[in-house]
Amino acid sequence: MGTIIMIYGLLAIFLLISLIKSKEKTKKAFKVAGKGLLKSAPSLLAVLGIVGLTLGILTPETISNMVGAEAGFTATIIAAVLGAITLIPSLVAFPLAGSLLRSGATVTTISAFITTLVMVGIVTAPMEIKTLGKKFTLMRNGLGFLFALLIAGIMGMIL
Amino acid sequence: MMGIIKRFKMPIIIGLIFAALYIIEPTMAEKSTDVTRNYFKEMALIMPPVFLLMGLMEVWVPKDQIQNWLGSDSGIRGGLISLLLGTLPTGPLYVAFPMTATLLRKGASIGNMVLFLGSWAALKIPQLMVEIKFLGIPFTGLRFVLTLTGLVIMGFIMDASLGRSSAEDWLPKDKDEVMKKDKAESH
Repeated sequence: MGTIIMIYGLLAIFLLISLIKSKEKTKKAFKVAGKGLLKSAPSLLAVLGIVGLTLGILTPETISNMVGAEAGFTATIIAAVLGAITLIPSLVAFPLAGSLLRSGATVTTISAFITTLVMVGIVTAPMEIKTLGKKFTLMRNGLGFLFALLIAGIMGMIL
Repeated sequence: MMGIIKRFKMPIIIGLIFAALYIIEPTMAEKSTDVTRNYFKEMALIMPPVFLLMGLMEVWVPKDQIQNWLGSDSGIRGGLISLLLGTLPTGPLYVAFPMTATLLRKGASIGNMVLFLGSWAALKIPQLMVEIKFLGIPFTGLRFVLTLTGLVIMGFIMDASLGRSSAEDWLPKDKDEVMKKDKAESH
């Protein structure tokens, strides 16, 4: 809710300034915005559908069953892959990670889950590709996955 | 007609998967539909103002200004601005994609944009608060430092491999007339 108020507040201020300064340019801004929105509509819809499907299938319970049942290296890889696929709000993800940690998952496994969750977004990839291109998206998510594993390994060694 | 089908290929495929799921696992399908509906509401509220803000930036902020703040010569200051912009409590990551595309077209460096997207996704301040509460300060602090280091290195790698050509060469082609005109003016 706070986010929405902030965005609309910012928009109201800038729109007012823009209108005072030039009606022409404001009109142009609307045109750019409309075209951009129209262009991203299909990938936005796709992302929404994929988010729904993954969250419907990979519920927090399913995830904790999958991660909790395995141990060691396998659990870490499973956690990293699940983190990369899912898009869970942090208010759900961190309590889940905390409870997994208390029920015996290793720090490496939990960090792998958290870091891939935030650094790699497979469900948002269609939209990222549409706006930023295939090359950028592949590199950012691919490198993000590798770095997430590296970070998880280091965190497991230190903590 | 074919054009529309082609444009909406992905949503149509996903709609079919939903239909199949309703036949195989109705409870799961209902849950998925619920989630999609909730996210749709959120997106429908957030996306139009975000695109309008981007439109205003497109029209008002001159290219050399962005280049100066976030371009390849912006150095540590550019990195700090990207990090700060990313960690601010804004919205979900998909809001940041069109912003990043606009900034790249306006001359922001790839390294800074990797840092911007990365901190938006991984180092958001409200998210860190939740993380501290459930996983503790040592975990959160260490993850913050390591992730930030990782993002800077990722930025350098991606800059080295993508940054040699201009952003227009590898960004998805934009058939927008307004932008073409803008480009013509800046040349």
